[in-house]
Amino acid sequence: MAKNPVGPPLGQGARNAWKRMATERAIAALLFLSTFLSVLITIGIVAVLLFEAITFFADVSVFEFLSGTRWTPLFSSKQFGVLALVAGTTLTAVMAMVVALPLGLLSAVYLSEYAPNGVRKVVKPILEVLAGIPTVVYGYFALLFVTPILRSISGDISVFNALSASIVMGIMILPMVSSLSEDAMRAVPRTLREGAYALGSTKLEVSTLVVVPAALSGIVSAFILAVSRAIGETMIVTIAAGQNPTFTLNPFVPIETMTAYIVQVSQGDAPAGSIEFKTIFAVALLLFVITLVMNLLSQFVVSRFREEYE
Amino acid sequence: MSVISQSDFQRKRARRKWMGRAFYGLCLLSVAIALGMLAVLLVYLFIQGITGISWSFLTSFASRHPDQAGIKAAILGSIYVVMVAGVTSFVLGVATALYLEEYAARSKFARIAKINIANLAGVPSIVYGILGLQIFVHSMHLGKSVLAGGFTLGLLVLPIVIVASGEAVRAVPPSLREAAYGLGATRWQVIWHMVIPQAFPGILTGVILAVSRAIGETAPLIAMGALTFVPFTPDSPLSRFTVLPIQIFNWTSRPQEGFQEAAAAGIIVLLVILLVMNAGAVILRNKFQNKSGG
Repeated sequence: MAKNPVGPPLGQGARNAWKRMATERAIAALLFLSTFLSVLITIGIVAVLLFEAITFFADVSVFEFLSGTRWTPLFSSKQFGVLALVAGTTLTAVMAMVVALPLGLLSAVYLSEYAPNGVRKVVKPILEVLAGIPTVVYGYFALLFVTPILRSISGDISVFNALSASIVMGIMILPMVSSLSEDAMRAVPRTLREGAYALGSTKLEVSTLVVVPAALSGIVSAFILAVSRAIGETMIVTIAAGQNPTFTLNPFVPIETMTAYIVQVSQGDAPAGSIEFKTIFAVALLLFVITLVMNLLSQFVVSRFREEYE
Repeated sequence: MSVISQSDFQRKRARRKWMGRAFYGLCLLSVAIALGMLAVLLVYLFIQGITGISWSFLTSFASRHPDQAGIKAAILGSIYVVMVAGVTSFVLGVATALYLEEYAARSKFARIAKINIANLAGVPSIVYGILGLQIFVHSMHLGKSVLAGGFTLGLLVLPIVIVASGEAVRAVPPSLREAAYGLGATRWQVIWHMVIPQAFPGILTGVILAVSRAIGETAPLIAMGALTFVPFTPDSPLSRFTVLPIQIFNWTSRPQEGFQEAAAAGIIVLLVILLVMNAGAVILRNKFQNKSGG
């Protein structure tokens, strides 16, 4: 190859260009593949859950599964009424929201409307620490700190109960409600507030009659996401709420949620292929569908009902 | 239409002002309750666990006797699993973010992929555990190993890395890209030499946040079949393992008080690790903001 002080000989230049193009194509293909893999995760989840759930529903009718209120797959007389688990999940999620919604919303109003900038900058990240604490830690706190306090107040409360788990779960999802709601409230333009002030409104009236309604789509979507999070939460309810599938709305007695049941079976040694093993796929499928619907609903609320202010 | 009298107006105004102050108090109270709960939680755990922390606690294996129990296997298991999860989510997350932002920002496939990622972020973590059990443990024959656990958590935190990397990549000014294109650089050369170095602190912040989420996860690893009693350190990627949160869960569910103290001590260790990692993320973010601002 002749030395060329100015640049590579023509042949080599063309070869380099070809090589560069091949590299470009290969990299684009790899990046596409990775993106495709992220879509494949969802497909994989659905496929894995459906595959085992279908064989489960060959043995147990869907109707029995969805309408029965007794759940005893681990006993000798097996009954597969998932409503017992759904009741536990609903009870804990609803009570968690009773804690998280008012506290989260009021905190959001404070941070968005009242707090001076300096205070907000400090308080907001500290609140978000609550969301970063591992759930097993909350479980410990619920069982060994909150439950004894509740039991000293009322003797009717069992060691494992939905109330303690729900209160602690409410604290855990509070920052989610407050952060997302606050973002929505801060997106409301100043002019709207100023208009209301000019008409003689107090801060309370501006907050509750102008800002909150204007940010309602964001607040509702935050609320739905928080419910979905509460439904999927596992460790707090596993540790503190018990492992007794009970079709009840009594927060003082042991219950079992869908997630806690999956943990219970996973910890035991149900052999692959057994009906006990298959139940976790049926329960997980139901859990997946419920949370998926809520997440889609939350996105729908934001895109459909958002008030646009220009 | 009625006209309200002067005294009526004043009475109503006083009431509105009073209600405003009460509402303000209520808002303050809410924030105080939230912060107060955090303080109670941390103080309680500290009191419960601090006496359990010792050198032997950190360097002993799990034991049937609470006073001899330690977290050596759990800590090492956590580190290994989280390293696998971090690398998995980093590689896949950055690649996906680059594809979505730089290659296919407006294609139909990209739109579907973005909706999909938003939904993946909302899938309960225990469902990922079942996915990991069937795909990694059974189909890919990895067993209930460090590798299978790491991959499972890697997929779980993938949306965090994708979203953070996407934001970091989007924040790189177009003028930088255009300058590089103007010099004849190819698309990948622009990404490799201009976009990635600029976006790297943001990407790294996302990875740290993802890893700190992964390190606290319990449920997916239990569903996947991680052990709860491990008297050995994992010596290969295919070795069985436990992690710190599972060890804490196991001790919490035992009736003996000694184990509950050990659980609290384990929690303190876990929280300290999380604190260090999050502090790292904050420092990185500040550095990033200063750089792009100046």
